[in-house]
Amino acid sequence: MRHFRWPLIGLLLGALSACGEEPASDSVRETGLAPDTIVSGYAFLTPETQSEQDDDFLNPANLWVDEGGKLFLSETGVSAACASCHGEGDMRLDGAATRYPTIDHASGELVNLEGRINLCRTRHQQADPLEYESEPLLSLTTYVASLSRGQAISTALSTDEQVFYEVGKTYFNTRRGQFNLSCRECHDLNWGKQLRGDTISQGHSNGFPAYRLEWQTLGSLHRRFRDCDAGIRAEPRTYGSADYLALELYLRVRAQGLPMETPAIRR
Amino acid sequence: MAAIRISALKTAKAGEIIELKALIRHKMETGFRRGSRGEAIPRDIITHFVCLYNGEAVFEADFFPSVAANPFLIFYTRATESGTLEFRWTDQHGTVSSQTANISVES
Amino acid sequence: MKPEQPSTDIDRRAFLVGGMGLAVASFLPLSTKAAPADMQAAVKELFGDRPLQEGGVTITIPPIAENGYSVPLTIDVDSPMTPEDYVKKIAVFSPRNPIPNLVQFTLGPRTGLARVSTRIRLAGTQKILVVAEMSDGTLKSAAAETMVTVAACIIG
Repeated sequence: MRHFRWPLIGLLLGALSACGEEPASDSVRETGLAPDTIVSGYAFLTPETQSEQDDDFLNPANLWVDEGGKLFLSETGVSAACASCHGEGDMRLDGAATRYPTIDHASGELVNLEGRINLCRTRHQQADPLEYESEPLLSLTTYVASLSRGQAISTALSTDEQVFYEVGKTYFNTRRGQFNLSCRECHDLNWGKQLRGDTISQGHSNGFPAYRLEWQTLGSLHRRFRDCDAGIRAEPRTYGSADYLALELYLRVRAQGLPMETPAIRR
Repeated sequence: MAAIRISALKTAKAGEIIELKALIRHKMETGFRRGSRGEAIPRDIITHFVCLYNGEAVFEADFFPSVAANPFLIFYTRATESGTLEFRWTDQHGTVSSQTANISVES
Repeated sequence: MKPEQPSTDIDRRAFLVGGMGLAVASFLPLSTKAAPADMQAAVKELFGDRPLQEGGVTITIPPIAENGYSVPLTIDVDSPMTPEDYVKKIAVFSPRNPIPNLVQFTLGPRTGLARVSTRIRLAGTQKILVVAEMSDGTLKSAAAETMVTVAACIIG
């Protein structure tokens, strides 16, 4: 049973069973969304919010892009600014954010963009790592991600990334919390339908770090994950936790080449 | 000083009506929210905005807690003479944040 | 598997206590909700007993607000904006927010165009009132309704 489960039976059991449900599919790359139905969270915004996101001035998230740009240029620790390496030529960061999370070859760990920025700080700038959700880290992450705006998120999955991918996929498909819901229940099976006043999106990460109207500020993807978990009354994981990093990797591949929208506005 | 974004034309013809935009980073804490332990979070808002054109106020706004976080304004003024546009925000504690833009007006 | 130590912003026990406190508080007749009467009082405090004339004011606000924390609002007042005939003040009022005054703008002949855009917070579905005071003392007004819905996942 463990190694061979038909999608139909899996769906049925998924609807009926308690926590610990296994993913419905064997195939490594198969996710719950059909490729021709992939759509960004942008599509679920009202026209006013969409135009707010599109307007370079109106989009409040650009306040963080501005700050991030300043930090990128300023000296940090005892070493030079980010821009001194990443300003020109091959080292420019345009498009870099589309590849994250990915394996850091030196350590073998899975890192996301926030993690990579901190590794750069500690390894190359003799600076202390920045705390998750701190204003400087949010600003830098948003700035670097904004350099990839409009570019397709990478679906590449190396062999050593696959184990993390599976962990993320399992997390996505596992029911949890008081409401006993998995990410899949809403974002694979019921996207487009109403949940109170909201239309359920597909739960993509392509706009993060994003300005969330509910937060009245900009926040990271892990903050969003924590809100999702809290929303179904499950124990939120910590920022930068292994589960969330793996989930972030799963979402990167699941997005199937959606263009990055950072910095986006989301509800 | 809070992060600020302003937008103003650099050059304009005399008498032309120009659009001005101002965005400032601020939580605009209403004073009505409660923390995770039920404690009241005190009010902390920007209360006043003024746009000064060569020192003369051409547009003002009084903000109440109902103005959204990271307050944003689009307003207009007539380009009269070359000089400086100052965008100035004052919060409830009297702290001032401001940014200027130069404008060159051709007659 | 032992769950990680919850961080301070979502402390589960505190969340439940706070949440229950909030649920109880919402039933108490506190002064955290304005009534239409409060709005009328606020208009009177600012503009006295002068009558409000409908017309000449256009409110652009989404019919359904994405989120009550940030609702885009644009106000246009018909006026030549000359030194003889201009808009002095534009005030926005709410019949439902805890404080009936939302925002006020002071204009003058130099303003050129009596149009302002901003983003406001609305504590629920309501019809906001905009009053524009002209240089001759007359008051023009308009009202517009917008629906503010509850978010899908409420985490307090």
